Amino acid sequence: MESVSGEAGNFQVEVVNHPRYIDPDKCTGCGVCKQHCPVDAIDEFNQGLCRRTATYIQYAQAVPLSYTIDRDACIGCGLCEKVCLAQAPLYDDHENRQTVEVGAIVLALGNEVFRPDELAAYNYDTHPNVVTSLEFERILSASGPYQGHLLRPYDLQEPKKIAWIQCVGSRDVHHCSNSYCSAVCCMYAIKEAVIAKSHSHSGLDTAIFYMDMRTMGKDFERYYRRARDEYGVRFVRCRVHSIEPVDDGNLSISYLAEDGGIEEETFDMVVLSVGFQTSKKVRELAGKLQIELGPHDFARTSSLAPVTTSRPGVFVCGAFQGPKDIPQSVMEASAAASAVGTVLSEVRGTMTKSREVPQPRDISGEPPRVGVFVCHCGINIGGIVDVPAVRDYARSLPYVEYVADNLYTCSQDTQLLIKEAIEKHRLNRVVVAACTPRTHEPLFQETLIDAGLNKYLFEMANIRNQDSWVHDDPEEATEKAKDLVRMAVAKAALLEPLRDSEIEVKEGALVIGGGIAGMSAALSLADSGYHVDLIEKEGELGGNARKLHLTWKGENVREILEKMIRDVENNPSITVHLNTELKNVDGFMGNFTSVIENDGKEETIEHGVAVVATGAGELKPDEYMYGKDSRVLTHLELDQKFLQDDPELEKINCAVFIQCVGSRESERPYCSRVCCTHSVQSALEIKKRNPDASVFILYRDMRTYGEREDLYHEARAAGVIFIRYDVENKPTVSVKNGKLQVEVIDHVLGKPVMLEPDLLTLATAIVSPGDEKLAQFFKVALNEDGFFVEAHAKLRPVDFATDGVYLCGLAHYPKSIDESIAQGQAAAARAMTLLARKKVEVSGMVATVNPFLCSSCGVCVAVCPFNAPSFNDRGVSEINPALCKGCGLCVASCRSGAISLKGFDEPQIFAMIESL
Amino acid sequence: MSSDFEPRMLGFLCNWCAYAGADLAGVSRFQYPPTLRVIRVMCSGRVDPIFLAEALKAGYDAALVLG
Repeated sequence: MESVSGEAGNFQVEVVNHPRYIDPDKCTGCGVCKQHCPVDAIDEFNQGLCRRTATYIQYAQAVPLSYTIDRDACIGCGLCEKVCLAQAPLYDDHENRQTVEVGAIVLALGNEVFRPDELAAYNYDTHPNVVTSLEFERILSASGPYQGHLLRPYDLQEPKKIAWIQCVGSRDVHHCSNSYCSAVCCMYAIKEAVIAKSHSHSGLDTAIFYMDMRTMGKDFERYYRRARDEYGVRFVRCRVHSIEPVDDGNLSISYLAEDGGIEEETFDMVVLSVGFQTSKKVRELAGKLQIELGPHDFARTSSLAPVTTSRPGVFVCGAFQGPKDIPQSVMEASAAASAVGTVLSEVRGTMTKSREVPQPRDISGEPPRVGVFVCHCGINIGGIVDVPAVRDYARSLPYVEYVADNLYTCSQDTQLLIKEAIEKHRLNRVVVAACTPRTHEPLFQETLIDAGLNKYLFEMANIRNQDSWVHDDPEEATEKAKDLVRMAVAKAALLEPLRDSEIEVKEGALVIGGGIAGMSAALSLADSGYHVDLIEKEGELGGNARKLHLTWKGENVREILEKMIRDVENNPSITVHLNTELKNVDGFMGNFTSVIENDGKEETIEHGVAVVATGAGELKPDEYMYGKDSRVLTHLELDQKFLQDDPELEKINCAVFIQCVGSRESERPYCSRVCCTHSVQSALEIKKRNPDASVFILYRDMRTYGEREDLYHEARAAGVIFIRYDVENKPTVSVKNGKLQVEVIDHVLGKPVMLEPDLLTLATAIVSPGDEKLAQFFKVALNEDGFFVEAHAKLRPVDFATDGVYLCGLAHYPKSIDESIAQGQAAAARAMTLLARKKVEVSGMVATVNPFLCSSCGVCVAVCPFNAPSFNDRGVSEINPALCKGCGLCVASCRSGAISLKGFDEPQIFAMIESL
Repeated sequence: MSSDFEPRMLGFLCNWCAYAGADLAGVSRFQYPPTLRVIRVMCSGRVDPIFLAEALKAGYDAALVLG
């Protein structure tokens, strides 16, 4: 992007397409050019750990799968042009400038990782066995420099002992100026250690050297505990002094242990957990765009509008907004889409193009002609299973007309090959033997559609997840692959074309919960032109935010809340229902009918989507003298005093905060995410009112993640004292002579310290009521901690597994106000993907009743969990395809054999069983 | 029965739980004997008892329903 002119709704963006020197439209990704290229260049994608040619592709799954020429490395020999059958090389390709007209801009510019070259004490520059975490990711990858074998660069031997050093280029103002926490490194280091152990052949010893273990994401704390207790990953709390080479490529780490002593330990290999930073290029781009950056060069945003930059119409998501992990980035991406939708709602649909799909071929009367494609999946399958043998075996099976094996059957070029094979050999059934249909069936079905075949004429044999990955004997794995292919072919021959049915989507949305997240979702939906019914069980909007004082960025929560409530109440598209509860929900995606109750009066609401924003609460603890002494408060209670500007606060001489009250313990083994920041901020507020007050924070790990780390710095500079305690040795609270006494073992001295605070604040857990009733209404799941379970932690963080229902706020997991607002926007964006379609297609794999065989016994009506079967006016069962999930419960239960399940019908399953 | 008898098994696995679990076992590289063949169903409720009889008749030593 060169420049941007204009304003929100009407930008002119000048973009430059850099030359690729190979025409992506002609390149088939076959790789012959690469095989002939004589040039040796550094493979940047693999972090310089191996070499590549000058005509290259970054990695096998790249989109588009077309090669490019690195002209800085190219010697101009002309070989690639000679060998390319597609005549794709374009040596005189040049820079292409164009101006695009857009209404809004989303910046997803990302970050670079810190380069540890200048940290002389870590010897990264001088020793090959000191690698960055990104280099180690490549080492672990099957498409990496060592094909996924755990080897160290120095001698290509398998390391037996690996150390991770945390906070390299993060939380560090001595070697660099990145004072913030990068928020992802603790979790990825644990993951790398666990995966490295599984790649090792010799019981790998792993140790993570860290300051605070920051596993504050959903289910992260459990992963940390499992890594420690089940996988035996060692965690060493310390400050690393230096990494020095010793004999045989090994490295000695000297570190300052928590008790102040210097210790040393030798490892075969050291991984530096490098953090994020905004690159120079991105800073320059931000300058061109005239958007403001914050103190750490991340895009400046506010808690109220977390994906909105300082320039109207320009939005931001991902790590350029602040250091964050994948779930948070994906969620923010949806939030940015929602914010864009608000700006562009008036012109929605004006530039839509409909996809041209060929009319499906009529295959009735044709004998089955099956094509079988066997995937190597790089070495994932091919490394164990003899893929060519499976391919040749498939050729011998009945009805098989065409067979092929592919390096990656899912790659873009293979889709073209499949399409060509379908057309050329008039295939009418396709079997892919590769990974799991759970992830890849839709992709191949699209290829069938493009080739003019009904998408249900497809079957997969799972020879990766359920074969090559779980069996190490090549012969037996190959035999199993053949069996699975034979079973799939037997079923495929009996497959029939099926038709998806269409259902209408009702316009409106129901948002359950009128807290910050629910209001954010409601406003986003309403501003995009959809009607919202917002229900709140209490008498006013706002939820927990009514009791909060400041956001972590220092904004006044009350102001944010008042603005949101005003906007909600003044928005003609939002109907607010206070003191209202949900009584019943009927229907399905696009067609919900819900009954709400207010003061004994029931009302029915029709809606297309629902957003669950029911929130969570603060734990009222039964320890540390809470409820027994008025000086012991929870965070929300202390915030109440701040909000009232209680004059007593100025008189506090000693304040103590205890962290992890009810969190990270066996009863509630999750981190409540917000409490460390909350305590640090409250400690600063007390210091502000009385700079001479002694303030202590008793913690287990300080988790002021991301830019919240600034508050931690500030608090230490202001003289707040941090004392670490172990969960086995928790502080004790008692009252003696009317004085509150807190005793804690000091982590440096190893001796008990007695504090006598005027105020003891407990950073209590965020607890979810675990709304079973709501979970049943929408057929969604709660996890063991009572939080709702999203469809996929990383890829679908605000969707439920049930279509048409979305999730945001504390009901998902503890989070801060800005995160709740972004998640509300994200849930709205996901809901709009359904609302904007007006009609949706539902799967053709449904049950149908043969009315002539139905004996009207009613078993199907009774057993169906989705209420799909009902008696029609002729008294026989009929199944609503929109409600049917294709589970087949009714089919197996039908005594008359009247129900069949398309796609999983009896003859098809029998064919699979009998093909032994 | 000899002690090295390895039964050949046919499993009917629910797409949403057991089949997903078998996929995850792969992702986690859990090794298990290669004597199980799998038929994916969208719900273990789909499995008609006759399928199990048919599996035994076809020559499998055991049939499993996982869901």
